[in-house]
Amino acid sequence: MTIYDHIRTNRRRTWLLMFLFVVFVAGVVELIALALGGGYIAGIIALILAGLFVTISYYSASSLVLGISRAKEVKHDENPDLYHIVENLCIGSGLPMPKIYIIEDTAPNAFATGRDPQHATVVVTSGLLQKLDKLELEGVIAHELSHIGNYDVRLMTLVVVLVGLVALLADFMLLFTWFGAGRRPSNRGHGEGMAGAIILVAAVAAAILAPLAAQLIKLAISRSREYLADASAALLTRYPEGLARALEKIAADTEPLEVANKATAHLYIVNPLKGHKSWANNLFSTHPPMEERVRRLRAM
Amino acid sequence: MSVALVIVIAIVALVILIALFVWGLYNSLVRSRIQVRESWSGIDVQLKRRSSLIPNLVETVKGYAAHEREVFENVTKARAALMNAGDAKSAAEANNQLTSALKTLFAVAENYPQLRASENFMQLQKELSDIEAKIAYARQFYNGNVMSYNTKIRVFPNVLLARPLGFAPADFFAATEAERAEVRVSFEKTA
Repeated sequence: MTIYDHIRTNRRRTWLLMFLFVVFVAGVVELIALALGGGYIAGIIALILAGLFVTISYYSASSLVLGISRAKEVKHDENPDLYHIVENLCIGSGLPMPKIYIIEDTAPNAFATGRDPQHATVVVTSGLLQKLDKLELEGVIAHELSHIGNYDVRLMTLVVVLVGLVALLADFMLLFTWFGAGRRPSNRGHGEGMAGAIILVAAVAAAILAPLAAQLIKLAISRSREYLADASAALLTRYPEGLARALEKIAADTEPLEVANKATAHLYIVNPLKGHKSWANNLFSTHPPMEERVRRLRAM
Repeated sequence: MSVALVIVIAIVALVILIALFVWGLYNSLVRSRIQVRESWSGIDVQLKRRSSLIPNLVETVKGYAAHEREVFENVTKARAALMNAGDAKSAAEANNQLTSALKTLFAVAENYPQLRASENFMQLQKELSDIEAKIAYARQFYNGNVMSYNTKIRVFPNVLLARPLGFAPADFFAATEAERAEVRVSFEKTA
């Protein structure tokens, strides 16, 4: 698979994700509407609103991600060394210069976001700048630029907003259906009550399954692309050892990154949610095992 | 009659297939060649930046070490060669020449503590080492594009058509091993 196939796959998956999101949200809303004895109006309105939301997300998801990560833009003069590293690696990969943002947090980590290389941002924590030397930092930045160059950022950024919202919506629906079940109007026929109960069960099931599905999507999009970005980074810097050392350092750091959450964790170069030994976190893990990534880099 | 018809259809189909192939090949080669030229301009920008810093550098060093005439001459000569270089090959040669001339200049500068301490000199030195790193990366990108372009025009059956269609192989921008190593060392220093 060439890089162009990978880009095509990413484009296709982005469309699929947006489509599924709209269908899913409209479907759940319609299900709830039917359960509560409503018609098709709610579903149609939900369809339109979800479509609008997806369109807006496509253009502004990255600003939202930067906002919730509390990242601040840095200009050339504020950190010329970092700026030059990014600039040089962009020259090496033929990418336009992305914006650079910093998260003030001592936990070392980094991610990239944006919808295409012309509208992309590389984000590093201040801890990363402190704890890595220049060769290691180059490896990390090269990894992030690879995500930008092959359009991983578009898909991964949309996942934050769309999947994060589905999880929220599911939580909300769960509460709502319980609430609705308690206050069901009593002027209904017997059979209708039965159908209502079945629909209600389906709605509850959907609400329970939603976060699980959301997490599984993340799982599906993230693992192999981390290996690919590692490999592209090694090709760009011509020095796999730099990234290998950086990954070890970041993984060995025990400090959690406060601004990261389940919705944004998959963006980061190394899983920012620490204490990842627990069973649940392992199930939802979006990152391949660190030992394997380092081993592959060292084998290059 | 019908056999002749089949043959005619087969020939027409074959001609159409070949035409489609040539069409596709031509477009893909044009795209590759544009990529090569575009990435060349990436190197060119940095080479121009580098040569534009040289007069300033020479003036600064002259202020402290006016009698090191030979060193200045070499640097100035290499700069002139770089500015007049027309193609990738001669630009690479001139650039390597400039690199070694600058190396001597900086070695000479080591003997003048006041020069080394001067703000202007340090600034120029830093900027030049950043440009050298950028040239190294721009070269990497350019050479990668040249490689895929040259491969494309040399594999069969493209090789039969590339020349007649006017696609000549592109030159690599060759670096000396020493220069590549030097860039790495300067990374460690500033870390």
